[in-house]
Amino acid sequence: MKRLHLPLLILILSGIALGIFYHKAVNLGFPLLPAQQTDNWVVEARVSFEPTGGAVTARFFIPENPPGMALLEEHFISRGYGLTTTPTGPNREAVWTTRWPSGPQAVYYRATVYPLEQPRADQAPYPGPVAQPELEEPYRSAAEEVVQKVRERSADITSFATVLVRDMNHPADENMQLFVSATDSDREKVRTAIQLLAGARIPARMAHGIQLTDRGNDLQPETWLEVHNTRSWVAIDPDDGTVGYPDDFLVWWRGDTPPVRLDRARDAQVRFSVAHNYQNAVEVARQKADLLDSRMADFSLLELPVQTQNMYRVLLLVPLGAMIIVLLRNVVGLQTFGTFMPVLIALSFRETSLLGGIILFSLIVSLGLAIRFYLEKLKLLLVPRLASVVIVVILLMLALSILSHNLGIEHGLTVALFPMVILAMTIERMSIVWEEHGPADTLRQGIGSLAVAAVCYLVMINPYIDHLFFVFPELLLIVLALTLLLGRYTGYRLTELVRFRAFGGGER
Amino acid sequence: MSRWFVRPSTLRRRGVMGLNRRNAQLIAPLNPRRYYPLVDDKLRTKELALEAGIAVPELYGVIATNHDIRHLPRLLARREDFVIKPAHGSGGNGILVVTGRMQNRFRRGSGRLMDLEALGHHVSNILSGMHSLGGQPDRAMIEYRVRFDPLFDPISYEGVPDIRTLVYKGYPIMAMVRLPTRDSDGKANLHQGAVGTGIDLSSGVTTRGVWHNRIVDQHPDTGHPITGLQIPGWERLLVLAARCFELTGMGYLGVDLVLDRDHGPLMLELNARPGLAVQLANDEGLEHRVRAIDALPPRKVPPETRAQQAMDRFHAAARPPA
Repeated sequence: MKRLHLPLLILILSGIALGIFYHKAVNLGFPLLPAQQTDNWVVEARVSFEPTGGAVTARFFIPENPPGMALLEEHFISRGYGLTTTPTGPNREAVWTTRWPSGPQAVYYRATVYPLEQPRADQAPYPGPVAQPELEEPYRSAAEEVVQKVRERSADITSFATVLVRDMNHPADENMQLFVSATDSDREKVRTAIQLLAGARIPARMAHGIQLTDRGNDLQPETWLEVHNTRSWVAIDPDDGTVGYPDDFLVWWRGDTPPVRLDRARDAQVRFSVAHNYQNAVEVARQKADLLDSRMADFSLLELPVQTQNMYRVLLLVPLGAMIIVLLRNVVGLQTFGTFMPVLIALSFRETSLLGGIILFSLIVSLGLAIRFYLEKLKLLLVPRLASVVIVVILLMLALSILSHNLGIEHGLTVALFPMVILAMTIERMSIVWEEHGPADTLRQGIGSLAVAAVCYLVMINPYIDHLFFVFPELLLIVLALTLLLGRYTGYRLTELVRFRAFGGGER
Repeated sequence: MSRWFVRPSTLRRRGVMGLNRRNAQLIAPLNPRRYYPLVDDKLRTKELALEAGIAVPELYGVIATNHDIRHLPRLLARREDFVIKPAHGSGGNGILVVTGRMQNRFRRGSGRLMDLEALGHHVSNILSGMHSLGGQPDRAMIEYRVRFDPLFDPISYEGVPDIRTLVYKGYPIMAMVRLPTRDSDGKANLHQGAVGTGIDLSSGVTTRGVWHNRIVDQHPDTGHPITGLQIPGWERLLVLAARCFELTGMGYLGVDLVLDRDHGPLMLELNARPGLAVQLANDEGLEHRVRAIDALPPRKVPPETRAQQAMDRFHAAARPPA
């Protein structure tokens, strides 16, 4: 019985996993492959706030007829709240109200959107020329100068706005410099542009939206400028004056107001997250499950909030990485720093791309190692020294980011995505191995760690594996079974065949 | 092709054990975790050995807190030479050998001089757990510096050569001399570059050496032959190693002994996870020897008998003359 225990356990685990997998894939029709064309997006906004006592009203702008996009469906997720949606000015507003809130509150707005093949002809009534703003000197004459100069170089309203925005980004004369400064945020730029456009009696407004990227969490709304060319509103990029919104851009609200306004509450926070929508194929499967009265689909990850879903897409791949580490350490015999550190490095490679990640990682670690050896000279105690290494690592990351930004290398910015405690621990471990076992061992373990991390990364970014584990999380049981099986492997490691090669020599 | 690696079937026939098999077959079932503190803490090991009457290097003093470092001058006042090591060190890490003094400064094994402040810093590093397993806070022990037997003079480079004996269920099954080299920085660990020389268990004569996983017959630094040396008092040494089994109750134990020119064989430390390079040094796998011991009737026999049985049983593998 004792000998059969593990094989039985492995069999049971794989049996359960394969059973559920088969049922979901064949009977319920969950898709085995990632959808070929996923041009649907699920966008979620999480609005959180802190009630200050009494009945709370939270007003939140929600998209309406966003240019180039169509809203498929909307969900409002809030417990114990009354909800109405009302148009206010150019926007639509969701109003949540509750009488007795307690503790921090969070409400969700979730929408499915898809990009339109043919943009709608957005006819908007011309609001008429706007009144010129009342400016004081010297701004008044400066504004007139600016308008005059821009008008000379433009043909119509749209090109007027484009030229104006370009001038604002590269102010050539002192008239323009009165209005703009290099540190202006997009929001301030748009505000100034609206004022200057008003000087030319052109109606303009501010628009806010988010760029849709797969698995985007904590997205920041971007601010755009819209001008009315007497037929419709035209979008202008406040950074370079380009006309029109980019692809996959969802305009959320308009006007120079924050997206959330609260009564009797404070600390409003909005977090936008986006994911490619897999629900279409899965939706069919779920409806089928309802018909078959199967509880299976109720336990799907797709029921969770999008932000949590995005997190699990990553988390679900960590066990796979752990199994690969077992394989590479116990069967191949690679040496690594720390047992599961390579998985964490691999996770950060997801953000930095492989080559850039490896280069940055090696750079930071070797620089940190040099500094660590210098700190050794100062004869510090272990914990303060480790803390100093952490501080220096942060400074190095900062320096690298700034340097590479100035050189125009995008990759340098992603260095911040490395978990810096991991970097500091790596440096500390490396330096100890260096001192005790010499540079050769350090290099071997360092290369081993990077190689393992690279392998983990390559497996983890595979879209098929990603999709399979997300839609069929029960496959983790198979990973568990395989890991248990590897736990009983007592054969030689590949590296031992090299290590013990002297035994082969005596044979002939 | 075979210059670079060996076929698994060859290894299996020779009974060579890999790390996975060692962990699964020897360490997991024979070395219960609760006994680990006995060998991981060299102070405990020393106490146990003294109780059992096993000779160990004399302990001069222990420093347990940073505050105690100020007692260092007093502890060292009468000592010309000594060794400072972490109680929980592994792989020879953090061991500082002082061979003599020059006015206020200490001469290290490597010949370099260091002052009292640097010595105190080393102790403080030990206390903060820099050299201990898992980095937990540690104690520093100061003890007698072994003056090794002149036999080893021509075949070691700095450091102290020691004799590593694998003891399986109380029976010595394999042994090697570990000779420090320039590469190993005076340490006696094979993976750090020390030379391991196999010993014929029946006679105590060295067979062949292994250095960086390659076969060698000479010490890489001194050029002296390392084969065919007779280890003095071999039987006594084996008995000493066998007795360490009763000390800890561990079924798979690495016993590190040194030969002191004045005090004879001393037990330096015990190891609950001894490495596998000893197989290369002896040109033989552990598997066969483990089986031979398993085949013995499971009776309690005194260490002397166990050492004798090992000597009777384990001859060096017959090899074609070089």
